[in-house]
Amino acid sequence: MLRLTDVVTHYGPIRVLKAVTLEVRAGEIVCLLGGNASGKSTTMKTILGVVRPTAGRVEFEDRRIDRLPTEAIVRRGVSLVPESRRIFARMTVWENLAMGAFTRQKAPAGELAEDFERVYTLFPRLSERQHQLGGTLSGGEQQMLAVGRALMARPRLLLMDEPSMGLAPALVDQVFDIIQTINRQGTTILVVEQNAAVALSIANRGYVLQNGRIVVHDTARALLAADHIRRAYLGED
Amino acid sequence: MAPPGWLRWVAWALGLAAVVGPLLAPNDYWIGVMARICLYATLALGLNVVVGFAGLLDLGYVAFFGIGSYVYAFLASGHFGLHLPFFVVVPIVVVATAVSGLLIGAPTLRLRGDYLAIVTLGFGEITYLLLINLDRPVNITGGPSGIIGIDPPALAGFTLSRNTEYYYLFLAALALALIASVRLRHSRVGWAWQAIREDELAAKTMGINTTVAKLQAFAMGASFAGVGGSFLASWQRSVFPENFLFTESINILAMVILGGTGNLLGVVVGATLLVTLPEVFRDFQRYRLLVFGLMLMVLMVVRPQGLLVTDGRREEQEDQAV
Repeated sequence: MLRLTDVVTHYGPIRVLKAVTLEVRAGEIVCLLGGNASGKSTTMKTILGVVRPTAGRVEFEDRRIDRLPTEAIVRRGVSLVPESRRIFARMTVWENLAMGAFTRQKAPAGELAEDFERVYTLFPRLSERQHQLGGTLSGGEQQMLAVGRALMARPRLLLMDEPSMGLAPALVDQVFDIIQTINRQGTTILVVEQNAAVALSIANRGYVLQNGRIVVHDTARALLAADHIRRAYLGED
Repeated sequence: MAPPGWLRWVAWALGLAAVVGPLLAPNDYWIGVMARICLYATLALGLNVVVGFAGLLDLGYVAFFGIGSYVYAFLASGHFGLHLPFFVVVPIVVVATAVSGLLIGAPTLRLRGDYLAIVTLGFGEITYLLLINLDRPVNITGGPSGIIGIDPPALAGFTLSRNTEYYYLFLAALALALIASVRLRHSRVGWAWQAIREDELAAKTMGINTTVAKLQAFAMGASFAGVGGSFLASWQRSVFPENFLFTESINILAMVILGGTGNLLGVVVGATLLVTLPEVFRDFQRYRLLVFGLMLMVLMVVRPQGLLVTDGRREEQEDQAV
């Protein structure tokens, strides 16, 4: 479904991604692991066209997307839950969700109503707070809102950048349960995480990114089992 | 979120006061002040599109006001011997200012906050310097002495001359500017602007073309200034570079901030206060601006969120303060 081949991305003169090759197949949950500054967020931004790769190719459903503007990529069915949530603080919960459907202005009203319903079923809390301003929500609720907002674009591929960051352990489990539910409902997921153990426990496969290169990839089970990988790349003792 | 009930009543009361205002004004001078309120409120609504809706801090807004005034003067005065009718000139001016909005918007697209402010400030200064210096080698702007003998608006054989007539023309334009602002805010591009104001990267990931949306904000804001500029030129019957100093940009920005950034009624109230107060304080004579400045400081300390803000936004700001 998604294939990155030798992707190189620069920020000015700095080469952040040196050679990223990875693949996400339809229906999977794939986990991208790595320490700080390994290039995880940059990979996400490159896929969505927020930053442009300087070499290599990004294909989505067998078509190149690395020269397309972000709005065209979102229209094709890729959407992102950004790092640190980035909800619209001075818009209501409802307005935030409506912004998620920005590229779908031609969708019939009934279809949008279904999507609101789907998000409110996944996150009943958002339904209770739909007229509240986004900025007044708690951290966990904001994360739900960020996920719900991304789902409003009806993505076939959902990119999630550090969904567990800053959340209490109980909430982390809840977020990963939701990720599984969304996946079962038919959305393919690529998730970036520092919390490797939890992420791998729900993923099919995992890639480890270090210094802008993919250094390891394997099934999630194998990655979890391999002690040397845990020590070397996942920052665990 | 619907505005609270009392705000609706304030709006109706203001509207009524505006319509009967000239009948109650003590003299023609005050009718002139009221006309100026409408003119500046229209300008402030235009700047509000850029600053209030899209969150782009523009310190050179007066440039668009100046360009609008001068383009009007070029097309309706003896300066170039062109005397096009008012209703032909105004649309041309609006298009010209919108294009100038695009021209200043394009190079600043990557800038935000203080950097954008500096560049727009420079643009305002450049415009002023051009107005003052473009009288040689070919006389385009009339230099420091400006352009005089500008045609007044003529509507179907009736030529405007009295302040009352100008007042109603400006009031009508203000009403249109208000309606346009309300519709813009709830339009697709209006939502895009607000998303950009809140978080540009998130807006981008929603699939908003932030480049186009920001250019639209600049062009739209500038076109309001085009209307204002046409009005100033036709009312004063003359334009001078001194009408478009940096302090005017700040004045208009203060109207937007004072009333509560993004709040349309607040912007009108801000314009009303900032035009009226210096007149009221004429009794203080040379301490007039001092008193005026002190009042602004007190207002901003007491109500940092602006005079009128809807409740939700206020709560949120208080939350942030805590």
